[in-house]
Amino acid sequence: MKKKLTTVMFRGTKAQEEKLLSVIEKYRDTEGFMMPILQEAQEIYGYLPIEVMRIIAKETDTSVEEVFGVASFYSQFSLNPKGQVAISVCLGTACYVKGSGQVLEKISEVLGVSPGSTSPDGRYSLEATRCIGACGLAPVMTVNNEVYGRLVPADVPGILEKYR
Amino acid sequence: MIRSHVLICGGTGCSASGSGAVKEALEAEIAAKGLADEVKVVQTGCFGLCALGPIMIVYPEGTFYHSVTAENVPEIVEEHLLKGRPVTRLVYHEVNDDDVKHATSLSETVFYKKQKRVALRNCGVINPENIDEYIGVDGYRALAKVLTEMTPEQVIDVILASGLRGRGGAGFPTGRKWQMARNLVPDADQKFVCCNADEGDPGAFMDRSILEGDPHAVLEAMTIAGYAIGSNQGYIYVRAEYPIAIKRLEIAIGQAHEYGLLGDNILGTGFSFDIKLRFGAGAFVCGEETALMTSIEGNRGEPRPRPPFPAVKGLFGKPTILNNVETYANICQIILNGPEWFASMGTETSKGTKVFALGGKIQNTGLVEVPMGTTLREVIYDIGGGIPNGKKFKAAQTGGPSGGCITTENLDTPIDYENLMRIGSMMGSGGLIVMDEDTCMVDIARFFLEFTVDESCGKCTPCRVGTKRMLEILDKIIAGNGTLEDIDRLEELANYIKSSSLCGLGQTAPNPILSTLRYFRDEYIAHVVDKKCPAGVCKSLLRYKIDPAKCKGCTLCARKCPVGAISGSVREAHTIDAAKCIKCGVCMSTCKFGAISRA
Repeated sequence: MKKKLTTVMFRGTKAQEEKLLSVIEKYRDTEGFMMPILQEAQEIYGYLPIEVMRIIAKETDTSVEEVFGVASFYSQFSLNPKGQVAISVCLGTACYVKGSGQVLEKISEVLGVSPGSTSPDGRYSLEATRCIGACGLAPVMTVNNEVYGRLVPADVPGILEKYR
Repeated sequence: MIRSHVLICGGTGCSASGSGAVKEALEAEIAAKGLADEVKVVQTGCFGLCALGPIMIVYPEGTFYHSVTAENVPEIVEEHLLKGRPVTRLVYHEVNDDDVKHATSLSETVFYKKQKRVALRNCGVINPENIDEYIGVDGYRALAKVLTEMTPEQVIDVILASGLRGRGGAGFPTGRKWQMARNLVPDADQKFVCCNADEGDPGAFMDRSILEGDPHAVLEAMTIAGYAIGSNQGYIYVRAEYPIAIKRLEIAIGQAHEYGLLGDNILGTGFSFDIKLRFGAGAFVCGEETALMTSIEGNRGEPRPRPPFPAVKGLFGKPTILNNVETYANICQIILNGPEWFASMGTETSKGTKVFALGGKIQNTGLVEVPMGTTLREVIYDIGGGIPNGKKFKAAQTGGPSGGCITTENLDTPIDYENLMRIGSMMGSGGLIVMDEDTCMVDIARFFLEFTVDESCGKCTPCRVGTKRMLEILDKIIAGNGTLEDIDRLEELANYIKSSSLCGLGQTAPNPILSTLRYFRDEYIAHVVDKKCPAGVCKSLLRYKIDPAKCKGCTLCARKCPVGAISGSVREAHTIDAAKCIKCGVCMSTCKFGAISRA
């Protein structure tokens, strides 16, 4: 899986760092602590910038390479900040067979954002996601965790209008 | 006195259709009408008929409402709950043999009648967030029986005798697995019981539904497994993408602790067992047992060679068993009803039932549970209601990216582990995606391959490099640049990867290719020799044409074409410049005279 480091400047706050340190403290003695720490770190920052991975490495006495190795392995971990409007289109089999590919194309066309990237102003991010388990409503997309189902490409402009 | 129960589905499908808002509206309306002491709203797990969501059932009548919206609520409360007259307009109707539409209760629907619900038996029946409701339907009785009346060896013997096999895909006998973990390392200081809830097959969602609808059944079964193999610690590895399932598991674990059914000295028997949750982070390979354990240990989820098998050296180097959610969901029923009861269902080699997630081009999408040995025809046509829009069935894909397709000629093959293997597919976790004549099999093969290329962990070369090379060949074919030699090379490569990859992901990754090559070789040849996509899916191979006899020269298509590929004067037949055309299809959908065709 290809994952690139972000070019967006790191804007972490002191409060976020304190929260992160307390999370690390909480899991320090847990066997297999790296995944839970990364998961909660992503909740705090919204993504996993290299600065955060450095803190985790230092505090847990591991190398940055090890932390990055885990973070880059799993698709849930995002090395890039998401847009304020985070759009995911399901490309699971059931959705794909029912045409979610065309829905993704349409969104990309309307927003001018290619799948897997964020618009330059940081407003929209678009990604193709794996099955979210709502196969009965295929094809589905989510916008900031709100689920839209039984889509056709023509529905796209109307839905996006709500998030202008 | 509660005189009526309103069950509303709170599974992922119905939640996405807005069942949360319906539930809130219901509670508000019931309170406003002063019925709060008489009518109880219960949020349940998945009923299985996700296509008709949100689903709502009113008991004791059993009235089955579907596609309910918050706007419907005042009418239902006023008419049905207050005056006792069901709102017929909103009730589910089915057409019977005499072609007459009649109101149908859930259990009478064709969708339900042919099903046999064992693993799903409590889904949509109880409130999954209330342990008392689970106990009310025999919950934790199997655990009590095991701890007070049976030895660990007897438990394993019962599971062995039942013939239960792993529902995660490979079909390894569950009892054998437990026996190995109990006996192979007798002096182990620690053993683990793991549950694979990292449902990675895109298109399968039965594990999610069980966790959302009946979480205690999984906890109880894991505790029984702990007793059987001699372990006091369990882990559930659940997808982070399933927030509702995670929430309900957390609630269930808390309640089980409170009731003394989990933790130290369970039911005062001296046996202790606890369960921890670990969240997966979206890696398909973590469905492989050794990769899953590596991931729980906090590392990149890469598989390791076997032997040593997890029963000897698993999680944190200790003897470990790993079973799938659906497998666990069968355990308590086997203990309570006996192995003979379980073994009476199914075929010679595959006992019990199997849950399938019906999806794709099928009328009733959702979850169905049928006895092993049911034919695909019964599942697709009787339960699934057939293919929508009068289209023709082409194939069904089972086993997801590791499986293969089942074609018309095998519609009447009884579904079990061995038969599916024989026809070049596999049981897998139970995703069943139906495809019709509009689906291009080369495109589908490419879809699955792209998935495995993306999900290959990179540890072994055949899978990391080999799948990528296969994808490149497929891309070449789809772009119209393929040759007959490419098809041969694809097949050769597929067989190499199958035989030399380290783990199940790589060993099964070529299956969709081999299976489509076996049954739909003519489609590959059409792409390569005729440079045509028979289903009209592969864009590079499409040609749009204007029929000069039908074209009125209205210029609409020329104005709509985004790349200016259409030319012609007013009231004269237009033409499409194939070199400029990007095959977007806008012209065809805008033409009012049906003059534009695609081939």
